[in-house]
Amino acid sequence: MTSTLKISELTKTFCGVKALDAVSLTVEPGSRVALLGHNGAGKSTMMKIILGLIPFDAGSVGVCGALPGSGAARGAVAYLPENAAFHPALTGEEQIGHFLSLRGESPKGARALLERVGLHDAATRRIGTYSKGMRQRVGLAQALIGRPKLLVLDEPTSGLDPVSRRDFYALLDGLAAEGAAVLLSSHALTEVEARTDRILILSKGRMVATGTLADLRRSAALPVTMNVSARNGYASQIAEALPGAIRVGADLRIACAQEDKLRLLASIAGLGDKVADIDVVPPSLEDIYSHFSRRDGQ
Amino acid sequence: MNRILATALTEFRIALRNRWVAIAIALMAVFALVLSAAGSAPTGDLGVDRLSVTVASLTSLAVYLVPLVALLMSFDAVAGEVERGTLPLLLTYPGTRAEILLGKLIAHLGVLTLAVVIGYGLAAVAAFWEDPEAAAGLPALLRLTWTSVLLGATFLGAGYALSSLSRRPSGAAGLAIGLWLGAVVLYDLGLLAAVVADDGGWFTTDLFPFALLANPADAFRLFNLAASEASAAAAGVAGAATSIPLWQSALSVLLWPLAALAAATLAFRKVTP
Ligand SMILES: Nc1ncnc2c1ncn2[C@@H]1O[C@H](COP(=O)(O)OP(=O)(O)OP(=O)(O)O)[C@@H](O)[C@H]1O
Ligand SMILES: [Mg+2]
Repeated sequence: MTSTLKISELTKTFCGVKALDAVSLTVEPGSRVALLGHNGAGKSTMMKIILGLIPFDAGSVGVCGALPGSGAARGAVAYLPENAAFHPALTGEEQIGHFLSLRGESPKGARALLERVGLHDAATRRIGTYSKGMRQRVGLAQALIGRPKLLVLDEPTSGLDPVSRRDFYALLDGLAAEGAAVLLSSHALTEVEARTDRILILSKGRMVATGTLADLRRSAALPVTMNVSARNGYASQIAEALPGAIRVGADLRIACAQEDKLRLLASIAGLGDKVADIDVVPPSLEDIYSHFSRRDGQ
Repeated sequence: MNRILATALTEFRIALRNRWVAIAIALMAVFALVLSAAGSAPTGDLGVDRLSVTVASLTSLAVYLVPLVALLMSFDAVAGEVERGTLPLLLTYPGTRAEILLGKLIAHLGVLTLAVVIGYGLAAVAAFWEDPEAAAGLPALLRLTWTSVLLGATFLGAGYALSSLSRRPSGAAGLAIGLWLGAVVLYDLGLLAAVVADDGGWFTTDLFPFALLANPADAFRLFNLAASEASAAAAGVAGAATSIPLWQSALSVLLWPLAALAAATLAFRKVTP
């Protein structure tokens, strides 16, 4: 099985500024890949290149085995642009119907698609009267047309409320289960953490990290934090037993490297009754993200 | 083919909602009626039927109005999509850019045809009202109608090209008005000045006919006046109409829409969203 998307050594320069610098990545069928990066990191630029909207300077891009922007590639790829915009004079149903016809499907399917993204009530209203989140959903609806092999979604959840976000990721899970590859960019780290298979971090046009969350966690090797709650009056005794612990109110906080985690846990367990509770807090995606971004001198 | 029709349908809807259909029809109807009312004074002595006279004056109206309406409808076609931010998504869909333009053209040309047919139709009704012999002018009216549609197609194509070149609606509007002034008003004035200065020399005999054929608006006027028996009733370049073979002006009228569309497609292909 070949990769749905294969990019190697992709470079793109805008008037002397490198927006993308030798970026390589592959996306397999059925996998959900999140693209993270600071503002201006090059996420949208990369997506536009994948869609064949803008040319690139060096490297190679293969979309379902075809050149980006070619007829074959366009037939297989769905796109949600960063700021999804539509003609304000058309209704949601007419707009989706138009997109359906462009993909060679019957425009009658528009209602069903709008229902899938929760827009059935507004389907016959003009898009000019929609809220931002509603426009975003029209954008999502059009990306679902015709079982695309690859979905390229630029900040798909921006403007969506928390419930809609959850619905969106549920939709995505269904698509991925059917074999579609998904590449999405986001600034909302917590949702990406739970709902994607692989994470790519771009910084100033360079790929600074790639892998599953566990991979990134391991290679960042950030310290684990433990919160230890002491039973009444034992806090100072525990603090003595655990060098490096910091008193936070009645509790103690202690940080340790990944490989020391089990040893520390054992010594805390050895304290027996003096400990009321213990929480192990792994580094959050935010910590890992800023670790990789900062390492690049941001 | 389906994609072109889908684009045409959507564009027609947009034109309807933006009131372009209403505006184009009202404009053509009002001007056609005003013309037939104004032209109703001196008639029988010319020895031609009422409708032929109306067609002659409609020709000089159409030369100004059809390009204007066409440019007004088309200048936004690409620049507007760029400004609204709808173009990137559209371009990721299957289908070529030429198909997008063709779809828009069908819709806009449909609106224009509707306006032309209604406007000319009203003028024809007025002519029949006054002169029962007006049926003699029907071939001329028919010819005026289809050449007006072709003239419209030419300027729609030109509008798309300007829209693609400027990429901003305000810039495209400026270019469109400039083109209209240049092609429809200033071009003739320039030719007239040159003919007067030349005083029957090489320019007037050799270059002038080609200069007329090279301008779609002039070719349109030439073709309609030369073919019409009422050419005597019109002024301006009509004198030249007799010296240029009909097939030449017909060819110009037929080729210009193709050239304009080719230019529009080329310009649109250069647009990076
Ligand atoms: N058309 C353009 N002309 C010049 N520079 C551009 C153009 N498009 C993007 N850039 C530059 O390329 C870099 C990457 O931009 P890009 O839009 O890809 O960032 P991004 O990662 O999507 O950021 P954000 O999170 O804010 O959406 C930026 O420095 C930007 O200024
Ligand atoms: Mg972006």
